[in-house]
Amino acid sequence: MSLNRRDFLKIMGGTAAAITFPSVMIQGCKRALEKASERTNVIWIQAQSCSGCSVSLLNQVDPSIVSVITEYISLNYHQTLMAGTGHAATRVLEEAVKKNRKDFVLIVEGSIPMKDDKYCTIGEVDGRLISAREWIEKLGANATHLVSIGTCAAYGGIPAAEPRDGSGNPTGAISLSRLMKGKTVLNIPGCPPHPNWMVGTLLHVLLKGMPELDEYGRPKMYYGKTVHEQCERLSDYKAGTFAKYWGDEGCLYQVGCLGMDSCCDIPVRKWLGGVNSCTQCGAGCIGCTEDVFPDFGRRGVFKHLNARNENLIKLEHRVAAFNLRNGGVING
Amino acid sequence: MAKILIDPITRIEGHLSIEIDVQNGKVVDAKSIGDMFRGYERIFAGRNPLDANQLSQRICGVCPISHGIASSKCLEGAFGIKPNDNGRILRNLMLGANYLHSHLIHFYHLAALDYVDITALLKYTGGDSKINNLKGWVENELKVKKGRADAITAGAPFLPRYEGNFYIKDVDTNISAINGYVKALEMRMKAHKMVAAIGGRAPHAIGLVPGGVTQVPTRAMIREYKKHIKEIQNFIDDEYLAHVKAVAGEFKDYFKIGTFANFMSYGLFDLDNDDKKFFLQRGIAYGTKLDVFDPNRIREQVQYARYSSGSNLHPYDGQTVPNPQKNGAYTWLKAPRYDGKAMEVGPLARVVISYLSGNKAVKSQVDALLAEVKQDLPAVFSTLGRHAARAIETKLIAAELYNWIDQLEVNGKPRSTFEIPDSGEGMGLVEASRGALGHWIRVKDKKIANYQCVVPTTWFCGPRGDDGKRGPVEEALLNTPIADVNNPIEAARVVRSFDPCIACAVHVVEGDREIGTFKVC
Repeated sequence: MSLNRRDFLKIMGGTAAAITFPSVMIQGCKRALEKASERTNVIWIQAQSCSGCSVSLLNQVDPSIVSVITEYISLNYHQTLMAGTGHAATRVLEEAVKKNRKDFVLIVEGSIPMKDDKYCTIGEVDGRLISAREWIEKLGANATHLVSIGTCAAYGGIPAAEPRDGSGNPTGAISLSRLMKGKTVLNIPGCPPHPNWMVGTLLHVLLKGMPELDEYGRPKMYYGKTVHEQCERLSDYKAGTFAKYWGDEGCLYQVGCLGMDSCCDIPVRKWLGGVNSCTQCGAGCIGCTEDVFPDFGRRGVFKHLNARNENLIKLEHRVAAFNLRNGGVING
Repeated sequence: MAKILIDPITRIEGHLSIEIDVQNGKVVDAKSIGDMFRGYERIFAGRNPLDANQLSQRICGVCPISHGIASSKCLEGAFGIKPNDNGRILRNLMLGANYLHSHLIHFYHLAALDYVDITALLKYTGGDSKINNLKGWVENELKVKKGRADAITAGAPFLPRYEGNFYIKDVDTNISAINGYVKALEMRMKAHKMVAAIGGRAPHAIGLVPGGVTQVPTRAMIREYKKHIKEIQNFIDDEYLAHVKAVAGEFKDYFKIGTFANFMSYGLFDLDNDDKKFFLQRGIAYGTKLDVFDPNRIREQVQYARYSSGSNLHPYDGQTVPNPQKNGAYTWLKAPRYDGKAMEVGPLARVVISYLSGNKAVKSQVDALLAEVKQDLPAVFSTLGRHAARAIETKLIAAELYNWIDQLEVNGKPRSTFEIPDSGEGMGLVEASRGALGHWIRVKDKKIANYQCVVPTTWFCGPRGDDGKRGPVEEALLNTPIADVNNPIEAARVVRSFDPCIACAVHVVEGDREIGTFKVC
């Protein structure tokens, strides 16, 4: 790991260094940086994923993604980026399992199907197709750290959503932490997660150890506050100005925004190095960093645009607090 | 005969493997195998139709914008509305920017490593500090780290790879392309800045809705969008096209390898609000023979796919009951057919159909390129033709973005309004960067009763049809020469030229018929 202090601070803090990165850690990391000199091995497995998390990772601005993969980590396996294909690729995983390696971080993107191994297979060893579940179980048993990238790996996400007809999830998709029960799993949810959350958390783990996590396994430095309390439109909410339709001026609560119940720092960090945010563009938050995305019980994503006014929770009753799982403020 | 399974095919989106039979150094049979299934169909049904707009983008993280637009369009059909001009133009601008991202990533980061030699860096003697940094990195990886106990692999993610006499030899060409790889990472990121300026974020834009988009085209938004076009355009004109030509020059055989000649395009970029006028034309082409496109001729067949539900159904009536253990089935991809025929979709299909339809801009680009590489039109129905068509398309789109920006009504409404009706149905056709994408919806009691997508990769990576005839990729692989069965890079080149996106292909979104009575094996 050869990461200079300036880069490290940038990525940890992003555009909001002061609020997201405790100063005590800034002092501590200098020593850690001096000690570190090698790239850390990373094996990145995609299971039931859409690759959106990987694409989002490529949007990492500073340090650039080229620096990340040539200076900070050794991306030994990543299906979308690696040169090797077929056996040249599978051999990397096979060797890591056979040699009982214990010197890598396992990153999982996508949920894991449990109803049938055929729902997701990666490569073939000795004439037998190997399922994503089997690779993850074998590699996960030895990895120094287990990291879920994206909401599918962290909580199941859309592939694990419940059909409305009550017939049960089609593929039995589960999260990494449910598969690897008893192991600590670091969750970096989001659909997709912001690249800074991924790279920043990874560097924190490598240089400073585990960051402080909330009850859903997410680093508090990125997921510690609700979208609502950091929202560009908070003053509209306080002034009682509500948008009737997407893109209008005003707080987006009545068009279905879930920002009051969802935690991340997008309104201050923003996407793509400050270009725009979910709330700024007039659409609102869809709660993609939460474990109940996209079901939200029976609510679904866009309840309010359909709801009758008398069914909406009275705005004066709401609190800027996070109460999603208890059917809290979104229960309109 | 040697049966080779190439599993996984990396540097594509998702889980794909290819089984090829090789006889006397040539492919004589091929199977394209989709290795993953998510079953979105049952997850969509019964939800608020508006949720489809966000959820369907999660089918694919590389082309979410096209899914978002296709779902917006099918919802508009079901709601009985049309987008306003601003909404349509803003969508075109988002989709156009996403094309720049997608095509650059495909050529440089997915396909190029089949041609370019990363180890050529070791022979670099110039003074460019960025390249020397990379050279130092490769040297360290190969001379110091290789074989050391703490290294799982040295040179990851660029090594290991298929080893053999496969790669470009000229050092300068390699260095230039490697430089392009690094630069293209930045260019595609900037293209995503353009997407996010309108869509709120990228990938998975949050601001796509029925009727248009949510972002008002303010001067600030337009400034942010415009800021990046010139730089990306210069990169495309000066480097992307040159690198594609360099590969074409070194690998001329590939004008004859990976051939297929049935093409379909839904038409790229709406130039009116009635789904009639396009920037690149809608149509069907059998070789050089043009035909009119009729959406009623689309069917999906499942005899060789792992589904126990009915075959040869139109998307409005589509069914998806998975059966992982189905006899004789080998893939999670269905086999879409147009008029009973397998069709190639994607940049090559769009360019060929536009060329045959008399699109002047396309014609002049294609004719100039053909003259330069001394080839006739049928030569583009090939592996290299796909790369060239993608590059031509990227160039034309980048140049067109300015015109669309000028057509925006600044600070005007970015969408029309709607009410969700009790029932309705709609079809949304759009061209994703990798080909024709269609969403079909039926709404009942203000909820999704049936939702189905037929996506580009099922068109070209799908299996045999019910008649036993191969899908486009399977057919295109025939006669591909394989020099070394242990390193079948030639087959991988053919497959990658289509730009497969398996997340799309097997996460097919199809609705069940009756909510509440649906049973799965």
